[in-house]
Amino acid sequence: MSNEIKMPALSPTMTEGILSKWLVKIGDEIHSGDVIAEIETDKATMEVEAVDDGTVTQLMVEEGTQAVPVGTVIATIFGDSGDESETMSQNKETPQVEPSITSPVIEPVAAPAKRDVTVAQVMEWDGPVKNMTVREALRDAMAEEMRVDDKIFIMGEEVAEYQGAYKVTQGLLDEFGEKRVIDTPITEHGFTGLAVGAAFGDLRPVVEFMTFNFSMQAIDQIINSAAKTLYMSGGQMGCPIVFRGPNGAASRVAAQHSQCFASWYAHCPGLKVVSPWSAADAKGLLKSAIRDPNPVIFLENEVMYGQSFDVPDTDEWLVPIGRGNIVREGSDVTITAFSIMVGKALEAAEILSEKGIEAEIIDLRSLRPLDIELIVNSVRKTNRLISCEEGFPFAGIGAELGMQVNEKAFDYLDAPITRVTGKDVPMPYAANLEALTLPQSDQIVQAALQVCYKEEEI
Amino acid sequence: MPRNPKQKRVKNPSKSGRPPKSARNLINKKIDRNTLLMMHRDMLLIRRFEEKAGQLYGMGKIGGFCHLYIGQEAVVVGLQSVNDNKDSVVTSYRDHGHMLACGMEPAGVMSELTGRAEGYSKGKGGSMHMFSRDKNFYGGHGIVGAQVPIGAGLGFAHKYKDDGGVAMTYLGDGAANQGQVYETFNMASLWKLPVIFVIENNQYAMGTSTPRSTAGTALYERGSAYGIVGRQVDGMDVLAVREAGIEAIEYARSGKGPFILEMKTYRYRGHSMSDPAKYRTREEVDAMRKQHDPIDHLRDLLLREGIEEAELKLQDTEVKKIISEATDIALKSPEPSPDELYTDILVEVAE
Repeated sequence: MSNEIKMPALSPTMTEGILSKWLVKIGDEIHSGDVIAEIETDKATMEVEAVDDGTVTQLMVEEGTQAVPVGTVIATIFGDSGDESETMSQNKETPQVEPSITSPVIEPVAAPAKRDVTVAQVMEWDGPVKNMTVREALRDAMAEEMRVDDKIFIMGEEVAEYQGAYKVTQGLLDEFGEKRVIDTPITEHGFTGLAVGAAFGDLRPVVEFMTFNFSMQAIDQIINSAAKTLYMSGGQMGCPIVFRGPNGAASRVAAQHSQCFASWYAHCPGLKVVSPWSAADAKGLLKSAIRDPNPVIFLENEVMYGQSFDVPDTDEWLVPIGRGNIVREGSDVTITAFSIMVGKALEAAEILSEKGIEAEIIDLRSLRPLDIELIVNSVRKTNRLISCEEGFPFAGIGAELGMQVNEKAFDYLDAPITRVTGKDVPMPYAANLEALTLPQSDQIVQAALQVCYKEEEI
Repeated sequence: MPRNPKQKRVKNPSKSGRPPKSARNLINKKIDRNTLLMMHRDMLLIRRFEEKAGQLYGMGKIGGFCHLYIGQEAVVVGLQSVNDNKDSVVTSYRDHGHMLACGMEPAGVMSELTGRAEGYSKGKGGSMHMFSRDKNFYGGHGIVGAQVPIGAGLGFAHKYKDDGGVAMTYLGDGAANQGQVYETFNMASLWKLPVIFVIENNQYAMGTSTPRSTAGTALYERGSAYGIVGRQVDGMDVLAVREAGIEAIEYARSGKGPFILEMKTYRYRGHSMSDPAKYRTREEVDAMRKQHDPIDHLRDLLLREGIEEAELKLQDTEVKKIISEATDIALKSPEPSPDELYTDILVEVAE
């Protein structure tokens, strides 16, 4: 009985990988548990173990092949397992190969990340560009800033030797050494307070939360110590610090690990809160955040890390905090979004365009301060506003946007302000329920049709 | 930060934490007359300041919370007498004494208590939230225990900048039960940060006595699991405090890592001004005042050393004058301008 071995998903967000090495050759007899290959993902190099016993009959992907999609047949073995039904089901699905190096991070299996999203007017830049992932852009931003200011250091769980739980800090330890790239114990409350103290002591810490869910352990230090001290000291003592890490829903990691904290932090005076979508903004905003003399909450998105965009090829690419960006111009409806939702809004805009509706998409980029002028000007043109966010609706970013547009552009509105958000529930684990919880582009399309009074055309 | 792979268990060499008497006398003799007089004056300044603050609170001139340091003066004065200008200091909300001991202006502190423009925080911080970059005083923190990792961060900055500074980090016996304190002990020891954790054990966490709130009341041993040396010190004896401070600061400054000083002390007043103090007896407080008052203790010593009573009297007069002037300013200074409402929220950034 011949069994196929398929390119396994070794992390929840993995869509492809490099088959870096075969550890078996044709004719080898293998047993369940034998390491048969090494696969490199964008996060780590993993060993792949055989699930069944048998003899290798074919190696279909050569060593060193890049970008092998998950699910591709990479080898066949002739097995002596008599249980045909088991083998059949094996053939249908991507094999659940256990990586022998278990990542400490529970990472989600995401819907395949989209590449080459339409990027319109992301940048005001006409110089040379370089295509890179959001992950690389973030790393470059930190490295470039660290090269020019030796008061900048990065601390967090697994940022140094492990190269970052999501590999965002890859290479930084090698370049800057253990004085400036510091692995902390798993003590968010403590190391956040320590970093705040270091900022008071004239350093410029960049604190990585493995995910922002864990920042809840430290929120007292972020709000009460970092955000308020400048005011409480009558302007004497600021706190130049960046708190960064993945925010929002990953995939299949359920309620405690899937939550958007944008509105939580944006609520508080004394903080700046940014949440980029494109790699160019990720880089430019992170550099601005590191240079900023105030505490900045920098909300990334795990699903976005592997997506590629053009990024200005310069060390001086800065995106100012507090400025949104019109990523697609349109005349019929304004759609605001940030982080991963920008991509979904752009997808929706393409569909809407086919239906004769031209949506203007604003990437908020910065949630506090909010570029309300940009939004209001757009609403004055389109007379409609849809706010998109992945977080909970209640007291969310959309609630604030709605109120501010109500205050500043009420007379221009031709339809009620509408929001497309995550559902008002803790994130469920089951795939179908999770899909129901997360806002998708078709909901944005529906909302746009509704505010344009074109429901009948659906 | 370089790691410290070989963590050694450090035993507390002396259970009582006090060196033998002979050694004490020897060290005491090294203290010159001026230092003794200065410490007396500094304690007196704090005492009179706090008494005045209590009065002003009673008159409604100070609002909100107001936590007085009366009784605990020897702790901060003894330690400040041995630390260096480059060292940083951070503490909780019972902070008036620490600020005065750091050399901050009594008028600026008092004006902050009255919520006036002349205050250190322009009236926007209040009793619990005051800072002075000039004097390396980093607050004044209102959340129990929050100053402890911040203190370690200041120590981290000293080490990172290699400026030889030590972070004096004060906390109370109540804070000693906060989780973040132990997260901090772990990192401070792991990274050998130059931090002195001064646990001011005044025996009551608000109204809950240490034995009622704390399993294992030997707070100086709280770092032993992390390999942090600790000493228990008579915090009512400014010379004992000073001695312990010398050892601890030398230890931390030489790169050996953090040090814990448990100062056994006592606050005469309530936790805050609104504390009815039903949890302890009048007799207990009186006995402390009569038998262990840190200022009386040093005063007796000074007199025995041949200092003239008149000289101490002169100090008293000088201190009263300072407090009276500070109070004057604090009551005459205008409230902050309404324009201040929206300033100092963020540092402005030029685009």
